[in-house]
Amino acid sequence: MSTPATDIELLANREYQYGFITEIESETVPRGLNTDIIRLISAKKQEPEFMLEWRLRAFRQWQTMREPEWANVKYPPIDYQNIIYYAAPRQAGDRPKSLDEVDPKLLQTYEKLGVPLRERELLAGVAVDAVFDSVSVATTFRAKLAALGIIFSSFSEAVREHPELVRKYLGSVVPSSDNFFASLNSAVFSDGSFIYVPKGVRCPMELSTYFRINAQDSGQFERTLIIADEGAYVSYLEGCTAPKRDNNQLHAAVVELVALEGATIKYSTVQNWYPGDAEGRGGIYNFVTKRGKCAGRGSKISWTQVETGSSITWKYPSCILQGDDSVGEFYSVALTHHRQQADTGTKMIHIGRNTRSTIVSKGISAGHGQNTYRGMVKMLPGAAGARNYSQCDSLLLGDQCGAHTFPVLEVRNPTARVEHEASTSRIGEDQLFYCRQRGLSMEDAVSMIVNGFCKTVFRELPMEFAVEAQKLLGVSLEGSVG
Amino acid sequence: MLEIDNLHARAEEREILRGINLRLKAGEVHAIMGPNGSGKSTLAQVLAGRETYTVTGGSVRYLGRDLLEMKPEERAREGLFLAFQYPVEIPGVSNMYFLRAALNAARKQQGLEELDAADFLTRVRDKIRLLGMEDSLLQRSVNEGFSGGEKKRNEIFQMAVLEPKLAVLDETDSGLDIDALKVVAQGVNALRGRERGILLVTHYQRLLNYIIPDFVHVLSNGRIVRSGGKELALELEEKGYGWLETAAVA
Repeated sequence: MSTPATDIELLANREYQYGFITEIESETVPRGLNTDIIRLISAKKQEPEFMLEWRLRAFRQWQTMREPEWANVKYPPIDYQNIIYYAAPRQAGDRPKSLDEVDPKLLQTYEKLGVPLRERELLAGVAVDAVFDSVSVATTFRAKLAALGIIFSSFSEAVREHPELVRKYLGSVVPSSDNFFASLNSAVFSDGSFIYVPKGVRCPMELSTYFRINAQDSGQFERTLIIADEGAYVSYLEGCTAPKRDNNQLHAAVVELVALEGATIKYSTVQNWYPGDAEGRGGIYNFVTKRGKCAGRGSKISWTQVETGSSITWKYPSCILQGDDSVGEFYSVALTHHRQQADTGTKMIHIGRNTRSTIVSKGISAGHGQNTYRGMVKMLPGAAGARNYSQCDSLLLGDQCGAHTFPVLEVRNPTARVEHEASTSRIGEDQLFYCRQRGLSMEDAVSMIVNGFCKTVFRELPMEFAVEAQKLLGVSLEGSVG
Repeated sequence: MLEIDNLHARAEEREILRGINLRLKAGEVHAIMGPNGSGKSTLAQVLAGRETYTVTGGSVRYLGRDLLEMKPEERAREGLFLAFQYPVEIPGVSNMYFLRAALNAARKQQGLEELDAADFLTRVRDKIRLLGMEDSLLQRSVNEGFSGGEKKRNEIFQMAVLEPKLAVLDETDSGLDIDALKVVAQGVNALRGRERGILLVTHYQRLLNYIIPDFVHVLSNGRIVRSGGKELALELEEKGYGWLETAAVA
C-alpha cells in the first residue's frame, strides 16, 4: 500500500491500556508442580476430599501426556516447573462477605479496568464475579440472584457449598484427561465462576466474570462451569486483561457448559490479555479448552468471542449437540497484530437428529500476525437431518502477516448437510482512499472497514460489549497500515 | 478557488499529466472532456490526493492554500469532494454510519458540533427525496450490492449531504440510462450556487445537455488543447475528438 511513512508514524501504537500493575501483597505457593503443591492448593481452598482426589488423578494423567504440537503456533518450550501455580492477594481471615470488606486497592483496580464493582452493583444490570490471579475477590448481585434460585459464585465456594452439583457436572464435558492443557488445569485450577440456573428460570441479568492476572511469574488456571437446567436461559460474559511484563505468562483455563432440555446458554468473551510488544516480547500464552454440551432436546449453546489479546491463542470453543433439535453457534473475531499468533476455531459434533450449527469466523491479521482458523464439523451416523453452515473470512492488512484455514468436515449420515464458505481479502487502497476522500482519517478508515468486516459477529454480542469490542479493535489495529 | 499551474503527474513510470493549466472560480461549472486515456480521471484523482499518482511538477492552489501539501482527508474536510467513477464497496458499514462520520469529520474541522443520528436523519431526508432514493438505502452497506446506477446516485447523494465547496465529478454519467442521468443532473444542478465550484469530467457531451457548463476544456495527451464555452461541447460531439488531436499534434 502506498501510504507515506508520516501517516504510519502518526498511527504509532498507543500503549496497551490495561498494562498497569497493582501493588498488593500477595500470597503465593513455591514455584513448580508436584503433588505437594496440589495438596497445598486444595487445602487453601478447604476443599472436600473428592476434589483433591480428582486433582491428583488429573495430575497423574498429565504427567503421561505430551504438549500438543499440531497447532500452527511457535513458541519456546514452557518450563512447567518454573511457574507459580497459585497467587492470591493477601487478606485477613475469610473471603470478604461484602464489597465493604474487599481491599480498596482491588476495588480501585477494577475501577481502573472499567469494571467498577460498586457501581455495577448499584446501577447496571450486570452481575460481576471478579477473579484476581488465583482467587475470586468479589461477586455482586448474589442475593438478588439467589432469590430466583440462581447460583452465581466463585468456583471455590461452589465446591464447598454445592458439592453435589460440582461433583455431578465437573469434567462431564471436558474430562480431566481431555488434553494436555485441560489436564494441567484440572490438577491445579484455582478459581473461576460457577453458575447454576434452575428449571424454567430466565436469568434476568447478564452474568459476567472479569479475569485479571496481576502477579508475576504466576499462571492463571481458572475453571468455569455453567449449568442451565431444563428451559432455563442465561447470558454470560467474560473479560480478561493482564499487566505488561517482558516474560510470558501461562493462562490455561477450562470452561464447561451444560444445557439441559430446552435450555439456552449464550457465552460471550472479549479476550484482551496483554499481547506482548511490537517485537514479540512478553504476552500471555492463552491455552484454553472451552466446550459445551447440548445435552437435552431443543437446547442451544452460542459462543461469541472477540480475541484481540495474548501473544499466543489456542482455543476452540466447541459444542456437542447430543439432544435432538439442539443448536450450536460459534461467532468469532480473532485479531493478530505485531508478533501475535492465534490458532482458534471450533468443533461442532452433531450426535442428535436435526441438530443445527452455525460457524462464522472472522480473522484479521496485521503486522507480522499469524491467524489460523481450525474447525471441525462432525456429523455422526445418528445425526439425521443435521445441518451446518460455516463461513470463514480472513482480512489481511499489510504483506508480512498470514491467514490460514484448516476446516475438517466429517459426514457419516447421508441426510446431513454441510455448507462451507471461505474468503480472504486485503484492505484495499481503494477502500482507504474512498474513506479518506470523505474526510475520515486513515486510522478511522481502517477501524471502520475492519468493524464492517466483523459486523455479523459483533451483532451477536450484548450491546455494552459490542461497543467495547469495536473500540478495542480500533486500538489494537493502530499502526497496522503500511 | 482552484488554480492549477503547469501540473505534471505520473503513475509509476508513465507521465499522464503534462502541464495542466486551469482557473476555476466559485460559482462556475467547468467541464473537462477528452478521449479515453487523455488524463481526465487522473486529473480528478490527483486533485483529491490519490497516492498512486506522483505529482512531478507544477502547483495547485485551493482556497488560497497549497492543495498538494494537504492529505486527502484534509482536502475533503476543506470541502473538496470527488464523486468516484467507480464507487467503492465497504461491506458491513451502513451508508448512514459512513456518511455521518464523513459529515462530522468536516463539521469538527469547522468547529461545529457533531450531529447525532437523529439530527443527521432529519438533515438527509429531503436529499434522499431529491435523488429519488429509498430510505432503506441508508441502512444498506456502502455501495454493496448496488447497481451501477445506484452507486452513481449514491455519490451524488453523498455530495448533496456534504455540501462541498468544490465538487469534482469523475465520469458520473457513465453507465447511466437516460432517466438516472436526469436524476443525477437534477442533484448536481440543485447544488449549483455562487459559493460553489463544479468540475465535471466526462467523455460524452450528453451530460452537458442537463448540466450546462460555463466553460468546456478539452484534454488530450495530458494537456488542455482547447477551452471555450458550452458550444465547444457541441462542436466536439459533431466532429469527434480526432479533430482536436490532429490539431494538437500539428
